[in-house]
Amino acid sequence: MIKIRSVTKSYERGKQKVEVLHGLTLDVPQGDFVALMGPSGSGKTTLLNLIGGLDTPTSGEVSVGGERIDKLSGGQLAKWRSRNVGFVFQFYNLMPVLTAEGNVELPLLLTKLSSAQRKKSVAVALQLVGLADRAKHKPRELSGGQEQRVAIARAIVSDPQLLVCDEPTGDLDRTTADEILKLLQALNRDYGKTIVMVTHDPLAAGYAKRILHLDKGRLADQSGPA
Amino acid sequence: MTKTGFVVANLFRKKTRTILTLLSVIMAFLLFGLLQSVNHIFSAGPDFLGATRLISQARVSFTQPLPLSMLPKLEAIPGVTRVGYSQWFGGVWQENTPLIMFAVNPQRHHDIYPEWVMPEAQWQAFANTRTAMIAGKAIADKYGWKVGQKIPIASNIYPQKNGSKSWTFDLVGIFDGKDEDWKRRAALVYINHDYFDEANQFGSGRTNFYVLKLADGNKAAAIAATVDKMFENSPDETKTQTEKDFNVGFIKQIGDIGLIVRWILFAVFFTLLLVVGNTMAQSVRERVPELAVLKTLGFSDGSVLGFVLAEAGALCLIGGLIGMSLATLLGAVVEKGSGGQFALQVSGAVWTTGLLAIVLMSLAVGLLPALRAQRLKIVDALAGR
Repeated sequence: MIKIRSVTKSYERGKQKVEVLHGLTLDVPQGDFVALMGPSGSGKTTLLNLIGGLDTPTSGEVSVGGERIDKLSGGQLAKWRSRNVGFVFQFYNLMPVLTAEGNVELPLLLTKLSSAQRKKSVAVALQLVGLADRAKHKPRELSGGQEQRVAIARAIVSDPQLLVCDEPTGDLDRTTADEILKLLQALNRDYGKTIVMVTHDPLAAGYAKRILHLDKGRLADQSGPA
Repeated sequence: MTKTGFVVANLFRKKTRTILTLLSVIMAFLLFGLLQSVNHIFSAGPDFLGATRLISQARVSFTQPLPLSMLPKLEAIPGVTRVGYSQWFGGVWQENTPLIMFAVNPQRHHDIYPEWVMPEAQWQAFANTRTAMIAGKAIADKYGWKVGQKIPIASNIYPQKNGSKSWTFDLVGIFDGKDEDWKRRAALVYINHDYFDEANQFGSGRTNFYVLKLADGNKAAAIAATVDKMFENSPDETKTQTEKDFNVGFIKQIGDIGLIVRWILFAVFFTLLLVVGNTMAQSVRERVPELAVLKTLGFSDGSVLGFVLAEAGALCLIGGLIGMSLATLLGAVVEKGSGGQFALQVSGAVWTTGLLAIVLMSLAVGLLPALRAQRLKIVDALAGR
């Protein structure tokens, strides 16, 4: 599913060039659930951004689903993301002016689905995350856990194969975090979604099939769930 | 939900701010619509179509009087059936209430203005009483004047021969308009020109303007040209126009109305540009992460630019359309209120200019924030950089 070959990524910070990833190589097969762990500044989010097509590498290859996304232009990447990736963020990043169903419907505005078809897909996605009864609520009327469920519904509504999650439980209490992680686990197990998740929390990483440790822009080691 | 719904939802995310901004846009376009119509009136050429009365004044200014000796010459022009004349009196009622007050020849005025309705005996009294005065019903009712009263009126221009600016007139008649339109206009006062001419200190035998009654409205333009040609190169050159154009010209004496209008509009739109531009810039600044999320979900840079521009466009369009519609309504009210004398019509041309202004305004206030949104780098925006 994901093939990363000799990827480097560097940024200009003022006059200084900072290399965040150093020739990283990685394979994530379809249906895998990978947790990326590591200290701050180790390059976890940078790697996640490359996998999700939010950024491009300085050198090396990034292939997802057989497509070389490092070769795509900005516009092509946007289109590719809309079809192939669902995103879940630490702070949910929902649109405050839209209801839960409006937020979930947002990615579908990029498709050719009719209004009725979109509504149906939204209902299914909200049902799946257990929030069918909160469809008309705005984000400020929901708890953190519910907001994250809406964000997950938004991520899966267009049925992408890949979900990238950046600290999805970082802003939640333990119980709620467990519920969210179980939901991600179910999406991986029951619907075959490939999930790459960045986390600092070893307990959260325990829900993944594999844990990858990054340190100073390099993969340190790999391990199974705790 | 639709993309349009999304734009509208974003527009009203801060309702108070949006409504206040919207009100300023509405006010600006209301002013724009009305002032453009005013400008249109003042920049329009003469309109002689169907005019059955012409007004002839001194070419230089209405305030420069013309000699009464012109009267027979004007009466001799073919197509002119009757000639009257009017002199602005500068009347002031009580302390400081200015009156629209003219000294006229009673009989001639009666013949020329059949729109004024008054018992024939009162017209006779007006013609036969040197100190006579007649008042429109609207003004007589307002000040409680009754026929038979002596009305003291001061003139802010003409003293009597004894130096006093206080005059006393005998109210011999109260006239009204023949229809609703003329009834509304019946807010003026006439005195006998013969008496005024003899009694005022500044000399006699002159009047501010002549009123020519025509046999055929289709010949108004030709007769106006004949009059002006007749007095060309004389000490009393004339400018002959319809009553409507005369009224407009009266206001034009204030100054270059077109220039005044343009400056007001420039000030209004410049301020509006700052207000709406600031609102849009602030609105985009506040939701950089949201715009980044849109891009993350797959909306292209162009789509995000489009969303912001559409918001600016919607703000200007909603405000502009409401403002222009209000201007149209208000213009119609003013036109009706002035009995058609002040045709403040927000015409198709004004609407076209207004729509063009809406488009330009949308681009001016929306383009910079939209370009900023378009150029956002997702990774930086999400990281709060």
